[in-house]
Amino acid sequence: MEPRYKPGDKVRILQRNQPGHVRTPIYVRGKTGVIERIVGSFPNPELLAYGHTGLPYKMLYRVNFKQSDLWDDYEGPADDTLEIEIYEHWLAPA
Amino acid sequence: MSDHHHDHDHPTHTHDGKPIQEDPLPPLEAQILEASVRELLIEKGVVSADEIRRAIEVMETRGESLGARIVARAWTDPEFKEKLLHHSDDALLEFGIDMRPMELCVVENTEDVHNMVVCTLCSCYPRPILGIPPAWYKRRDYRARAVREPRAVLKEFGTVLPDSKQVRVHDSNADLRYLVLPKRPEGTDGWSAQELEALITRDSMIGVSDVRDPAESAG
Repeated sequence: MEPRYKPGDKVRILQRNQPGHVRTPIYVRGKTGVIERIVGSFPNPELLAYGHTGLPYKMLYRVNFKQSDLWDDYEGPADDTLEIEIYEHWLAPA
Repeated sequence: MSDHHHDHDHPTHTHDGKPIQEDPLPPLEAQILEASVRELLIEKGVVSADEIRRAIEVMETRGESLGARIVARAWTDPEFKEKLLHHSDDALLEFGIDMRPMELCVVENTEDVHNMVVCTLCSCYPRPILGIPPAWYKRRDYRARAVREPRAVLKEFGTVLPDSKQVRVHDSNADLRYLVLPKRPEGTDGWSAQELEALITRDSMIGVSDVRDPAESAG
């Protein structure tokens, strides 16, 4: 499986309301960050959680956000960041 | 309980005079399922009750000491540190730990960077290394606030950081587990790995505090 994104790419987390065992927290949905690293491919947790195999596997990335891009009223230096793991099907180029 | 009106908690007694509180609820569905599967596995001879007990014992007695050994090794062995930061699988195998299919992501504290770990969605934690997560790590307020106002949370843990130091929060939300590699404190030149281990605490490896002050630990 070829990763669609590479470190340094700007990405937007999809704003999608999806029920179930979703590993993309609401606070990052719709936000823009930068790919920090490609983690590798893993079983899709949205299927795995319900007794399926998790196939096809999904590429997983670590995405880096500036805290001030996540929270309008973030109280802290502009350099502060948050990193989180996001599966490829939750990403779009930004 | 006529005129006995108040709304504070009674941690050590109940109003009917019993020394302990009874469980207010019947077992959860998951608890019944767990007991059923466990009893079946034992009955069919797949595992023994003692093997299950032993596995729980190992999990629950595994604590910060293993993590401290790993960190102290990284502080004293630059080659191992590189391996731990970039190929943690191989580094952990040297300690007999195989976390696969999970992967350990080691994040390093430096002069300019402080790392802090949270799992906002549940309580993901590097259990093979640090054991059972502390109660506060699983609480909703820690999970919600660590990503929203990390510096305020750190301050409540007694960790006040200057604005010149970047705070990096890691949400452990999927397939990685995180270990903070604390910064080796000043004044520990020449210390052995064993002496250094005594400085390294659980909380410093989650990233809510620094390691122990070597001045207080010496001797």
